[in-house]
Amino acid sequence: MQGGLWLAVLAGKAAIRVCRLLGWGGSTLPGRVARRVHRGVLRGLASQCRRGTVLISGTNGKTTTTAMLSAILSRAGLSLVHNRTGANLVVGLAAAFVEGADLLGRLRADVGLCEVDEASVPAAVRELSPGVALVTNFFRDQLDRYGELAHSVAAVRRGLELLPEGATAVLNADDPLVAGLGRGLNRPVVYFGLEEAGPGTGAGFETADIRHCLQCGAELRYEQVYYAHLGRYSCPGCGLVRPQPQVLARDVQPRGTRGSDLVLVHPGGSLRLKLPLPGRFSVYNALAAASAALSLGVDPGEVVPGLEGFSPWFGRMESIGLSGRRAFFTLVKNPSGFNQVIDMVLGDEEPKPLLIAINDLLADGQDVSWLWDVDFERLAGAAPAIPVVVASGIRAADLAVRLKYAGLGPSRLAVEPDLGRALKLGLERVPPGGTLYVLPTYTAMLGLRRLIHRGGFARPFWEAGRAARARAGDAGAGGGGGRGGGGG
Amino acid sequence: MRLVICHLYPDIMNLYGDRGNVIALDRRARWHGLEPVVVPVSLGDAPDFEKFDLIFMGGGQDREQGLITADLLQAKGPGIKAAVEAGVPLLAICGAYQLLGHYYRTFAGEVLPGLGLFDVRTEAGPTRIIGDVLAESKLSGESRTLVGFENHSGRTFLGPGAVPLGRVLVGGGNNGRDGTEGAVYRNALGTYLHGSLLPKNPWLADYLLGRAVERRRGGVRLARLDDALEDMAHRAAAPGAARRRGGGGGLLGFF
Repeated sequence: MQGGLWLAVLAGKAAIRVCRLLGWGGSTLPGRVARRVHRGVLRGLASQCRRGTVLISGTNGKTTTTAMLSAILSRAGLSLVHNRTGANLVVGLAAAFVEGADLLGRLRADVGLCEVDEASVPAAVRELSPGVALVTNFFRDQLDRYGELAHSVAAVRRGLELLPEGATAVLNADDPLVAGLGRGLNRPVVYFGLEEAGPGTGAGFETADIRHCLQCGAELRYEQVYYAHLGRYSCPGCGLVRPQPQVLARDVQPRGTRGSDLVLVHPGGSLRLKLPLPGRFSVYNALAAASAALSLGVDPGEVVPGLEGFSPWFGRMESIGLSGRRAFFTLVKNPSGFNQVIDMVLGDEEPKPLLIAINDLLADGQDVSWLWDVDFERLAGAAPAIPVVVASGIRAADLAVRLKYAGLGPSRLAVEPDLGRALKLGLERVPPGGTLYVLPTYTAMLGLRRLIHRGGFARPFWEAGRAARARAGDAGAGGGGGRGGGGG
Repeated sequence: MRLVICHLYPDIMNLYGDRGNVIALDRRARWHGLEPVVVPVSLGDAPDFEKFDLIFMGGGQDREQGLITADLLQAKGPGIKAAVEAGVPLLAICGAYQLLGHYYRTFAGEVLPGLGLFDVRTEAGPTRIIGDVLAESKLSGESRTLVGFENHSGRTFLGPGAVPLGRVLVGGGNNGRDGTEGAVYRNALGTYLHGSLLPKNPWLADYLLGRAVERRRGGVRLARLDDALEDMAHRAAAPGAARRRGGGGGLLGFF
């Protein structure tokens, strides 16, 4: 058994080395190789985490929540191992743990952070036996890969039912699909949510994924809608009500694209937090990360500096220097997330030229019809704020048609499927010192980064990941993936 | 001319951007000089369907279809059927298409009745049919292509009273076996194609609008619009048109 584990780690590390040499960042090959050599490689390595593993799932915000949790835990002095380049199936997890292990198959990490797709949750729970399982939200996303939304919810429910004794579920109280998972669950649950005065904006409710109770089919009643189907709800049919959150955000004051100020309330008191990430979804991610950290026994005093010092990982939201101009990257992948990005983009007066790049490869979701559920009408209606939109990517034409039907006139719309030419076109519309707002799907983001890298502006993403880790302070820890990558 | 578009169950039946079809009908009607009005019709409503110029219903997941079935069959069914008999154009996508057929037989053998507007029946299949579709349709008199994205586990079979909307060139279509896609009855169209369908098949949008106008005013031809972007999207969506999805196989496929 132990010999099998050791061989699997060696083989996996060799595969990592080969992938690096060939420039295949983020490949799942090392995980496949390691699991081929020894099926139990992930279980064997995960069980070595001294304070257990945390599983993070849900449609939106997995990566950012994981990154925030990593920042908090690093701040609290814990060493970590985690999957972070979007390869978040079980093989991706195996690869991350193999990379974090030493050549003798030993893993010296306090906590394993595991970002897991909804459909893989039961398998991941079986392998990881996590001490904390966190679910962010459920939205329609890439249904072409997973079938229907109800199946995703059912998969996560099956996973939570497999949680080991002593594990805690961390659930979003404001999402009825997520909160419903806590009903009848034989494990302690920590709920997180927003407390806001007034009726809420209700942005995106038109495209809300759920208005009817998943358990009984009755139409949900909303006292407040925070966004899409998230809010204060109750079901007149079966009595499902929004649980009272133990961790919540109060007095949220948005600061445009710079972030939000809020009061973080937890069972032991409340703390002021200057969150450096914009948008209401970032508040939810921060609440989720804080709840998970508190469930792991982290001192509340460590949570705020961890979140305030958080610098987002590549591609999710960041600024990078580009010939005297800046590009602000925000990944887009589904209507709810995109509508939140539109909120953020229209959140202050500054004019924002946009580059939107839509690809339809497997990692993006091959069905692009979700573009019709995005409120592009709001971008089209904001003429001074959005001077131009460059539509790019493999499905640039689909996006352009969507924008045309949203009312964006030809003088404000440029169509250029080629990412390089589109980037150039977009930057030409930005004054020196200004910012181009880049909204790509996953593989379009990789493509744009590759182009920028060739121009000498940024590093490849696995190195950017390492740099982020160094900033987060966990590069030197036993579980740091950076060293493992070079040591195979 | 006012053109009243009935959007059936917009709050429940909207899957994979099906509402894009209503957006396309509304905008294109405006560009053709008509005055479109979209009327949402949902649970409990009982309008006079013959007063509508066009009826649209999008797809839904199993749960949503369950929510509306009784209301559709009892409160609205006869009105919708009468409107279609009177020549009102109708477009039904995926789950709506199935619901307008005779029945859906689940994997367990349970028969869920439909409206029977289309002479089609649907059987649950063992796997989902998912992917880009390219079909050929002679609906408008000449051979045109349709592109879209399908995602369904039901297999739909046409009865003698149904004419297919098109012939599948790439993809699964009605059942993955007989090469048919969708069904036509009078001016009512059922199809599995999401995408959204009408924005990137503008000829089909104009066909439906044309039928609606013709019913009110007689032989009026709609003018041609500038569809350069739509045509580009049509080409980009056509499977096999540009093979960009290869690569990365080979060695990786071994593991």
